[in-house]
Amino acid sequence: MTATGRVAAHDEGAVLATRPRRRESRLRRLLVPTLAVLGMLAAWQAIVVGFRVPRFIAPSPLQVLEVLRTQHDLLLDNAWPTLLETLAGFAVGNVIAVLIAIGFVHNRVFRQSVYPLAVTLRTLPIVAISPIIVLMLGLGFTSKVAIAALITFFPTLVNMADGLDSVDPQALELMHVLSASRWEIFRYLRWPTSLPYLFSALRIATTAALLGAIIAEWIGSNRGLGYLILAATYDYRTPLLYATMAVASGLALALFGLVSLIERYAIPWRQTSGPSES
Amino acid sequence: MEALPARDRRAPGALAGDGGPAIVVDQVHMAFEQHGRPLHVLSDVSLTVRQGEFIALLGPSGCGKSTLLRLVADILQPTRGAITVLGRTPAEARRERALGFVFQQPVLLPWLSAEENVALPLRIGGWGRRHAPAATPAELLQLVGLDGFNRARPAQLSGGMQQRVSIARALVSNPKILLMDEPFGALDAITRDRLNEELLRIWSAVRCTVLFVTHSITEAVYLPNRVVVLSPRPARIQRIVEIDLPYPRQPAMKDTPRFTEHTSALRAALEEA
Repeated sequence: MTATGRVAAHDEGAVLATRPRRRESRLRRLLVPTLAVLGMLAAWQAIVVGFRVPRFIAPSPLQVLEVLRTQHDLLLDNAWPTLLETLAGFAVGNVIAVLIAIGFVHNRVFRQSVYPLAVTLRTLPIVAISPIIVLMLGLGFTSKVAIAALITFFPTLVNMADGLDSVDPQALELMHVLSASRWEIFRYLRWPTSLPYLFSALRIATTAALLGAIIAEWIGSNRGLGYLILAATYDYRTPLLYATMAVASGLALALFGLVSLIERYAIPWRQTSGPSES
Repeated sequence: MEALPARDRRAPGALAGDGGPAIVVDQVHMAFEQHGRPLHVLSDVSLTVRQGEFIALLGPSGCGKSTLLRLVADILQPTRGAITVLGRTPAEARRERALGFVFQQPVLLPWLSAEENVALPLRIGGWGRRHAPAATPAELLQLVGLDGFNRARPAQLSGGMQQRVSIARALVSNPKILLMDEPFGALDAITRDRLNEELLRIWSAVRCTVLFVTHSITEAVYLPNRVVVLSPRPARIQRIVEIDLPYPRQPAMKDTPRFTEHTSALRAALEEA
């Protein structure tokens, strides 16, 4: 008993000792990339001004900032539909992918027949499938959601199927000794085991879904960030094009951050400490 | 703490096979298919384990000790021969939770606390709702010496502490038989010695039958009533040695001539094989 207490005290000491170092490195982790980005923007500004690059070829960061300030109504009006398409596509694509992955672990024949189809679907270029989807579903909201869903579907399917399979064989033996049902094995073992894999996929899916929505808007739309990119390009309104890109990038980062934040709460055991974290 | 569930544990759930042997292994033969050819792992193994007995299975690595344990636990089925657990088939015994299994790795679920891990067998199949436990998960954590660590996550516990949690988990549905597959094999020598002491203490409190796989000769003499020495693959029973050292056993016994005689005899039996 005393011996156990000593082991514990030792472990706690180890955890405490690493804490200040972590905080220090977190500050550095924020500072270094911020400085890098600021440095890059400054260099860009210097090059554009110094070499007198025409505005319609490459605007300076300050000109882009100006557009972000003066035309933010236009940007917001077009960001909104794109965001909705992205979120809907993200939800639809991931839910279907997760359900199919669950089907994979529980039915061999289903896996053997659907997996090759999914891989084949993935090999078709999204820019080629998108017009087909627009032909089938029309120019409205639905086709955009479908394209965003399609682009998120595959990474999540593959990751989730791997995650559900990555169960420790001894843990499966334990479940067998406990006479657990398939549902219990899924609920107590496979599902929690797969969560880190799922969230890796979801983080990728955020940027992918936005890309899908933008591509869909290129094919046929009169609003959205994709439409704005095309319109700005044709009119040589290059600062607006750059500002649109900045908004799209900001959206993607926000979604990415949101998923990472949810992940922290959904998988708290991942940060607990040391050896199991990899 | 020592006296904890000793008396409560024997009384409930008296099984039909009471009084009879705990485990009967009858001419069991086991072969796996490997690269299209049969790989013979166990050959004509017969063994009778009495109730309450502590049996060590000793043999070289990869000889089939763990396979024998998995046959008793109904994780695997024998190619030929029969196994009886408390007078019934291993599958029946498994469904009645007559068997607790401790693996070489702790196999704890990292998202559950120590206490939740111990309680897992009670959640599965609604076991805890249909059966009054002899000891609660918290009491079992106390029994294995982890009082105060109920809410700790496995990652916060040392390897030895994790294995204690897994022993508590194996005991929670009050099994008659505890199957242990080299449970301390992955631990350092000091922790291993300490857990040997703890295991004997727990066994004297719980009084179940233990089948303990090991490849440590010292463990095989120190812990059990009898040692079953297995030959290399395909494993057959080389010799069964009665260990006549009295319980409770003390670490100092390891330096006695009698202890050394046993270790030498086991070493000789292993070399013969």
